[in-house]
Amino acid sequence: MAVELGVRVVRPRPGTELGVVMRTLLLLLWLATRGSALYFHIGETEKKCFIEEIPDETMVIGNYRTQLYDKQREEYQPATPGLGMFVEVKDPEDKVILARQYGSEGRFTFTSHTPGEHQICLHSNSTKFSLFAGGMLRVHLDIQVGEHANDYAEIAAKDKLSELQLRVRQLVEQVEQIQKEQNYQRWREERFRQTSESTNQRVLWWSILQTLILVAIGVWQMRHLKSFFEAKKLV
Amino acid sequence: MGCAAPRSASALLLLLLLLRAEQPRGAELTFELPDNAKQCFHEEVEQGVKFSLDYQVITGGHYDVDCYVEDPQGNTIYRETKKQYDSFTHRAEVKGVYQFCFSNEFSTFSHKTVYFDFQVGDEPPILPDMGNRVTALTQMESACVTIHEALKTVIDSQTHYRLREAQDRARAEDINSRVSYWSIGETIALFVVSFSQVLLLKSFFTEKRPVSRAVHS
Repeated sequence: MAVELGVRVVRPRPGTELGVVMRTLLLLLWLATRGSALYFHIGETEKKCFIEEIPDETMVIGNYRTQLYDKQREEYQPATPGLGMFVEVKDPEDKVILARQYGSEGRFTFTSHTPGEHQICLHSNSTKFSLFAGGMLRVHLDIQVGEHANDYAEIAAKDKLSELQLRVRQLVEQVEQIQKEQNYQRWREERFRQTSESTNQRVLWWSILQTLILVAIGVWQMRHLKSFFEAKKLV
Repeated sequence: MGCAAPRSASALLLLLLLLRAEQPRGAELTFELPDNAKQCFHEEVEQGVKFSLDYQVITGGHYDVDCYVEDPQGNTIYRETKKQYDSFTHRAEVKGVYQFCFSNEFSTFSHKTVYFDFQVGDEPPILPDMGNRVTALTQMESACVTIHEALKTVIDSQTHYRLREAQDRARAEDINSRVSYWSIGETIALFVVSFSQVLLLKSFFTEKRPVSRAVHS
């Protein structure tokens, strides 16, 4: 549980000193116990890609945190500030919509404009091979899509909503997500149907064409051989 | 800002701190697993907390993958080979880092796309102080909670259908391209075979005069 932010002590007003210290201590403790999300290991030149199949106008927020293996202490320590991750996001037409380098800790956001499979790729920007020292980089990753990406505390504060209003707001967001997903589903099913009908057409035309080719080749073969044998005076 | 504001700020921070102790969260990811590769994910789970893992193979090969889950002491608590989809729940007996791995090492040339949903604990409330209520929920609030749970079920079914549809669509596109290649290949094969048949027959009767003389005599 490493403390990741330093503390700048500001001279407090008399009488509120204890309150400020308490709050700072609590803040530090809260940051120290910050959730370690799901993590995985990545090699130096390795590129890890994740696919998100999302409808259009959907917001995706990704948070990541990296740790490097420290051989002396034999545990994972927060990575040096020079080590960053390159995040690349491609839309379903393979067009790059986000290609940025972040530090050892980062947060990336994008909103989809076309429905489909978006690809989120991460790789480290390390060029000095000695930095990894043969070990792996530990990446904590958290990707939130659509309604899960909403920060309700922020929405409540901004729009001054009561608890009940906030709950209803969450329901409204959920229903909107369901609607978007259903529209996307209709579009996908149409594509699927087009593929199936195309296959059906191709098989149909191919079988007709194959029969015609077979018959034509058979006729040509017999005529050609007949004229050949007549020329040879064998027939 | 009077004395009340710093005090409520401290209270909020204390609440946030207490919330962190339980750490309910989940991760839902879809990733590519190349052939002969293994991909592991790790997550820290507290003792007594229930976690669940759902996974499904979306594209690739025979749509199957190996999966195993290990507890912090290294014991395998779940292991399946060549599964297309499965769901696994477990109550953590030991606090620590649990790891779950997907392996495609049995396949030599098909890379797979695997979807997994790893949920730990219960869903956190949308506002931090909602979890520490002293009074019961009003009718409106319980109705909201019921609707929320029902909508979550709807979203889960939608995800399930989306994955199934992605799998079927991948298969359909595969069939489509196979039909194209096969028909082109067979046309070429037809022409090649028929021309070589004719040429071969002609070659039997053109050279080697002794053969034809032997036939006549």
